[in-house]
Amino acid sequence: MFGLDAKDTRFLLIVMFLTLATPVLLQPFPETSSLAQFNAGYPDLMQRFAIFGIFAIGFNILFGLTGYLSFGHAAFLGVGSYSVVWMYKLLDYNVLPGLILAVVVSGLFAVVIGFISLRRSGIYFSILTLAFAQMSYNLAYSVLTPITNGETGLQVYSNDPQVLLTEAGPHLPHLFGLVMSDATRVRLGDWVFTFNFGYYFTAIIAIIVFYISLRIFRSPFGMILRAIKSNRTRLDYAGINTKPYMLAAFVVSGMYAGLAGGLLAAMDPLAGAERMQWTASGEVVLMTILGGAGTLLGPVLGAAFIKYFENIFSKINEGVLHTWFGWLPDGLEDFIITIVHPFVGEGWHLTLGLLFVLVVVFLPGGMIEGLNRIAGLFNKKSEKSEEAQDSKSDARESQPAE
Amino acid sequence: MDAILLQILNGLDKGSAYALIALGLTLIFGTLGVVNFAHGALFMIGAFCAVTMQRLLGLSYQVIDETQKDFLGNPLTVNVSYMEGWFGPEIGQAIVDWSVPLAILLAIPVMALVGFAMERGLIKHFYRRPHAEQILVTFGLAIVLQEIIKHFFGANPIPAGAPDVFAGSFDFGALIGLGGGSIIYPYWRMVYFLFSVAVIGGVFAFLQYTTFGMVVRAGMADRDTVGHLGINIDRRFTIMFGLAAAVAGMAGVMYAPILSPNYHMGMDFLVLSFVVVVVGGMGSLPGAVLAGFLLGILQSFASMNEVKSIIPGIDQVIIYLVAIVILLARPRGLLGRAGVMEN
Repeated sequence: MFGLDAKDTRFLLIVMFLTLATPVLLQPFPETSSLAQFNAGYPDLMQRFAIFGIFAIGFNILFGLTGYLSFGHAAFLGVGSYSVVWMYKLLDYNVLPGLILAVVVSGLFAVVIGFISLRRSGIYFSILTLAFAQMSYNLAYSVLTPITNGETGLQVYSNDPQVLLTEAGPHLPHLFGLVMSDATRVRLGDWVFTFNFGYYFTAIIAIIVFYISLRIFRSPFGMILRAIKSNRTRLDYAGINTKPYMLAAFVVSGMYAGLAGGLLAAMDPLAGAERMQWTASGEVVLMTILGGAGTLLGPVLGAAFIKYFENIFSKINEGVLHTWFGWLPDGLEDFIITIVHPFVGEGWHLTLGLLFVLVVVFLPGGMIEGLNRIAGLFNKKSEKSEEAQDSKSDARESQPAE
Repeated sequence: MDAILLQILNGLDKGSAYALIALGLTLIFGTLGVVNFAHGALFMIGAFCAVTMQRLLGLSYQVIDETQKDFLGNPLTVNVSYMEGWFGPEIGQAIVDWSVPLAILLAIPVMALVGFAMERGLIKHFYRRPHAEQILVTFGLAIVLQEIIKHFFGANPIPAGAPDVFAGSFDFGALIGLGGGSIIYPYWRMVYFLFSVAVIGGVFAFLQYTTFGMVVRAGMADRDTVGHLGINIDRRFTIMFGLAAAVAGMAGVMYAPILSPNYHMGMDFLVLSFVVVVVGGMGSLPGAVLAGFLLGILQSFASMNEVKSIIPGIDQVIIYLVAIVILLARPRGLLGRAGVMEN
């Protein structure tokens, strides 16, 4: 199906199911229980999962396949956001023209930046991309204020032209009248599920771009990119000009980032320069490595993991900890809370940093490698008893790592 | 003339900081071959050593002073800092006042220890791994260090003042005979520049004129041969890592009066310092110093109003523009050796 073999089709269908069922799957705890704060099934967070998933998938096409570490991908994210908000300002709140413009403009940016940066490799490439991104960020803050609205951030004002806007039309981001923030809440016993149009919009785009990245991974083009990672010199000697391939990979990943940036503005009609700062570039690097660079699903997992941490873990404050460890004797309770507290709530970055270091040191393949290893342990145990079944489950388990 | 001189002077303090951080980065890269993204965090920890020292010296105890009465006639409780209690009021107050320079005494051992711990605990496992992974692991480490500092000192900048003697500005123009009032320059920035020149000179002299430095230089040129001669080059390189950390720390301590320490200042400096290292040439110590001062001065020239009116926004991007041009035109940098990381 869709030009994929049976294995990949099954994989894609699983991913599609998981993506579409997210509002239910991420809401495992009933509303009344004390664990409800771990529910991630609210629209804002789910949209972020999908959007940063797209960002990370795109980054992975460059970093995972070719090994070129870009520290400047946030520039494309920012460009995408600005494009969408400008389309709001000029036309109306329909997101489609903006998203198309976001992809086109970020693609153009990527052509220019990639053409120059790809003349160098290794750490020089990283620093060149970083320099370009920081330049865009600094300019967006200072001289480009007429375009970017500087520190305030770009937003729609009532005196903007908005030529297509009618009185009846929605004054919120929408797709041909379907408003992004529309949501249906379904109550099943103690569980509350929110089905939000914005999430489904981003989710369907995410599935499409995931499919594209799957095709790229399986294509001869993807094979060349992987060959560049393992030995570029040898490819040159084999008579293959690697430059166009690298540039294509860079531009595709830049367009993914632009699309993600555009979607951010499609969910919330704002764009600010801080989206271009190099910490944002660093974040997508973290996501990709944490999940597993070079694997299909890894970056998405990493993105979801970090966004979950950022939104859920950071809410655990001292009060919550006291309710958790309340059953312990007082002295012990205070002791444990003193130890745990720096790692949660405000300090969740610390946990993230530690985790990241551990992953780079011990699990260079990221979470996907970890899952595979765990799966491998189980398989080894069952190997003796049921050899026939093993080969089947092995094929299934190793699938996400392609 | 005096306008040009003023911009050069203005560029010196930032340039000194860039040069000191870039020097440490290059020392680490040249000896261990590791790209250390956590170096900015070391600079930041240095700045917080100044804050810590200020707080330590400012510790006080309460005494009941019988000679002073409050309005009810009860004896007044006054805070007396330990320093004043131990050394008498005059010397004590001077010590408290000089807390930032004194913090160097704290910073050197602390930073050397942090450096040793980093190198032995984490970085030594990454010698043979690709540069991308070194960048990643040190980047993670930088986040961890930053968050630890944030946990203890909070997210807001903490001011740490220079000694009162150096608090004001002086008339540099009158000093060199250009007419009074033409160039007013803060004392502390001059101190910072002289300090960094001293530190840079010290590091170079150490490498040039001591046996230890000679062995390290030999190891930088050809690590394996030095190892075959029966010299424990790894241990010396670890010590160099500690030294590089101490240099970054000292740069941070003395920078505290110029920029109130906050937990993300390291990252801000790191990005620029990397650009400096690349412009100077990976692995070249004089290149790092030269590029540090050059870029600092260039940046201050670009922020002149005359220049900004011709090319708006140039002050924001000049360093990156220079870096891009250098990387494309001369990838080994200003003073880099041919063949070091050139591809």
